Amino acid sequence: MNLDPAYAAYVWTAYGLSAGVLVLLTADTLLHARRWRREAENRREDRP
Amino acid sequence: MIAALANPARFMSVSRVLAPALGLASLVLFAIGLRLAFAAPPDYQQGDTVKIMFVHVPAAWMGLFAYACLGAASFAGLVWRHALADAAAKAAAPLGAAFTALALATGSLWGQPMWGTWWVWDARLTSVLVLLLLYLGYLALHAAIEDEPKAARAAAVLALVGLINLPIVKFSVDWWNTLHQPASVFRAQGSALDPAFRPALYVMGLAYLTAFLSLWLVRIRAEVWRRRARAPARVRAASTARVIDPGPAAA
Repeated sequence: MNLDPAYAAYVWTAYGLSAGVLVLLTADTLLHARRWRREAENRREDRP
Repeated sequence: MIAALANPARFMSVSRVLAPALGLASLVLFAIGLRLAFAAPPDYQQGDTVKIMFVHVPAAWMGLFAYACLGAASFAGLVWRHALADAAAKAAAPLGAAFTALALATGSLWGQPMWGTWWVWDARLTSVLVLLLLYLGYLALHAAIEDEPKAARAAAVLALVGLINLPIVKFSVDWWNTLHQPASVFRAQGSALDPAFRPALYVMGLAYLTAFLSLWLVRIRAEVWRRRARAPARVRAASTARVIDPGPAAA
């Protein structure tokens, strides 16, 4: 895909930043969920 | 449907399927939307920078939508004292903050080549910055108060007060003389956006929406697990405290 060289840096940076934020958001969300699910399951096992 | 999902057990079983389904839908929509975005023609004035619209505008939409969700959940939490509503509000905040920050950053990347500046204190940009500060303030308030129900109530009040900012953001381009362009899509007279750009924008908008909904459901689930994980420790601590200090009645 050929972008006008005068604007290519801005367009690619915008898309790169968007992709980066979405990936980080997804990773953080999934890791956060996994951690608390594991802790909740461990607590349930600890109960007498 | 919302009343039905208010039951935590039902919410967990429905979201177990719905969250990954929405995530998969967002991936498919992103694939289609990106293809459409890069196939869209350059604008006669803005050239290829118009393609930034396809990531900037959906991010801004999600920043506003997430705050509306946050406000609705906060209202439900305050009125019905429902823990799941508090969890939903708390879960929406970091997502909304991220989308709003992304909208500001991509907006700057669009503004620099078009307006010759990274930032200008016009009504639209300033009100979106206020939106970001409201999100950050909400998160900070939650973190600052140790007692969770109190934190949820205080943060909910802040969220509801901040709702006034949503119409300000939306209508800022109409009420004030701004550098930011007026509304092109959601207008009473219908969309002013060139038809060549509409498919890409709408598909990317849907992609962002399904991504937000998927992540929001996962974060609410995480919040439910977090409360379950913490609850037994509080009950155990209370039981231990009674053994150590049975109180004056026992003396």
